[in-house]
Amino acid sequence: MSLLQIENVSKHFGSLIAVNDISMTVEPGELRAIIGPNGAGKTTFFNLITGFFSPTSGRILFDGQDISGLLPARRVWLGMARTFQVTEVFPELSVRENLRIPVEVASGLRLRPWLSGADDVKIRARVAELLDMGGLTDKAERQVGELSHGDQRATEIMMALALNPRLLLLDEPTAGMGDQETYDITQLIRRLHKEAKLTIVLIEHDMRVVFHLADRIMVLDQGKFLAEGTPPEIAANEAVQTAYLGQAA
Amino acid sequence: MDKVNFRSGDIIVWLLLLSAPYWLPLMGGYVELGSEVVVFALAAMALNFLLGYTGVLSFGHAAYFGLGAYGTAMTMKYLVESTPLAILIGTAVGAVAAAIIGPLIVRLRGVYFAMCTIAFGQVFYFIAFQWRDVTGGDDGLSAWHRMPLNFGFAELDILNSNKAFYYLALAFFALAVGSMAFLLRSPFGRTLLAIRENERRARFLGIPVDRHIWLSWVISCTMVSLAGSLYALLNDFVDPRALRWDQSGTFVIMTVLGGMRSFWGPLVGAAIFIVLRDYISSHTENWQSFVGLIFVLVVLFFPRGVLGIIRRRATS
Repeated sequence: MSLLQIENVSKHFGSLIAVNDISMTVEPGELRAIIGPNGAGKTTFFNLITGFFSPTSGRILFDGQDISGLLPARRVWLGMARTFQVTEVFPELSVRENLRIPVEVASGLRLRPWLSGADDVKIRARVAELLDMGGLTDKAERQVGELSHGDQRATEIMMALALNPRLLLLDEPTAGMGDQETYDITQLIRRLHKEAKLTIVLIEHDMRVVFHLADRIMVLDQGKFLAEGTPPEIAANEAVQTAYLGQAA
Repeated sequence: MDKVNFRSGDIIVWLLLLSAPYWLPLMGGYVELGSEVVVFALAAMALNFLLGYTGVLSFGHAAYFGLGAYGTAMTMKYLVESTPLAILIGTAVGAVAAAIIGPLIVRLRGVYFAMCTIAFGQVFYFIAFQWRDVTGGDDGLSAWHRMPLNFGFAELDILNSNKAFYYLALAFFALAVGSMAFLLRSPFGRTLLAIRENERRARFLGIPVDRHIWLSWVISCTMVSLAGSLYALLNDFVDPRALRWDQSGTFVIMTVLGGMRSFWGPLVGAAIFIVLRDYISSHTENWQSFVGLIFVLVVLFFPRGVLGIIRRRATS
């Protein structure tokens, strides 16, 4: 069964149709990229999946369950985690604490007024594991707000991962980054996909990143579906070339 | 991270509080002044649980302070002359009111939340003001007094011994402040920090933000009701000013003055506020202008409050 199934979803803001009748199916273990020129409706589409907005029409199924009307926190409980285009972290807390909070939430401890020694050991171990995976161990005690853009983004991705998601949604993970940082984040995502076998949906502007990472690509343009296929298919697609060249010209 | 506090600081604070009835008179103070500081410090620290650690500003905490005070006074006057029962009932009244009002306001943010807390606070003020037969209206509720505590084997005469009352207030202060410190170090406490730091991130980590703010609000209001209850017992009197919005403002001023990002900040703020008021008001009726001026100077030059200055010195 598909992990994420989106059926004819639309979103209207007044008279503006930001997302127009889009369907998409993501299989377990897949890395799907969503691309498109500015104003294509990528982020709105993303926000519909994660529950930031509810769709005007259409259905969203997660692991077979209709989640179209669920609040964001409930979608997280079902196994969806996301990052944002503008990094969203807890800036005045250390990297370790930023990771500890989602680990505790994922362990069902968010209402606990105290912690047993055994729980504490488990949580610390999981946090250490995440720090290591994100290459953040040597920065664990630093305030996240002081870190470089790339490290903040790595922290944010590891926070999402701390929730043990079945589906990870990344909104422009390399936005605003230099070449080295882009490379590091791309490698991190690649590891999560290949080694941790995570299902990932990401929006991305940087074509090198998209063609390097994605199993399949969906292209949106002005809120509408334009094309879908493997990276070589998309590269060869005339409609896609026109949409991008049209914008560049 | 806000370390709840470094240990040596904790020890100094507790030693000063425990010995206050002995050194206060030597410095020209008196024991009741110490009791007042403890009571208002509890109120300000309770407010700071919500303001400093959850990032939610309430401008209506006097409502629950006053409900605690009236609940205690009315229990003593009309129901049963028992100090422990009066404290329990007073605190419970404030807690229940907060739990009921909470769901109506926890979806609001920022100024809208603050305005609604003022509005609810003023409702209680006008009830206390108008319902003369029961509350004594503008004249307040007098002709009752706190009762000595009888433990069976011993009696603590909080009625006639100021020191005994001070230690009773301090015991409740320690219980309340200790529980808040404990909660702030727990997973639940960390979800509150998460909400303060970045509400959107907290929500997308699966924290039901409104529900956690409601919990923080109820805890904070319960603690402030306890402070109100002790306040009524301290004065053997309560009047509607304990419920009025300017009383809420006083709590906010104390908190910001002392430093809302440090655990003991509100205690320092309350001590400064009350000692200044006591000292300046014996020289001029216009004490509020002076306190106001000091507040403005602190906010302008030390936005992290008085404890913020000390903390910065210590780390630099």
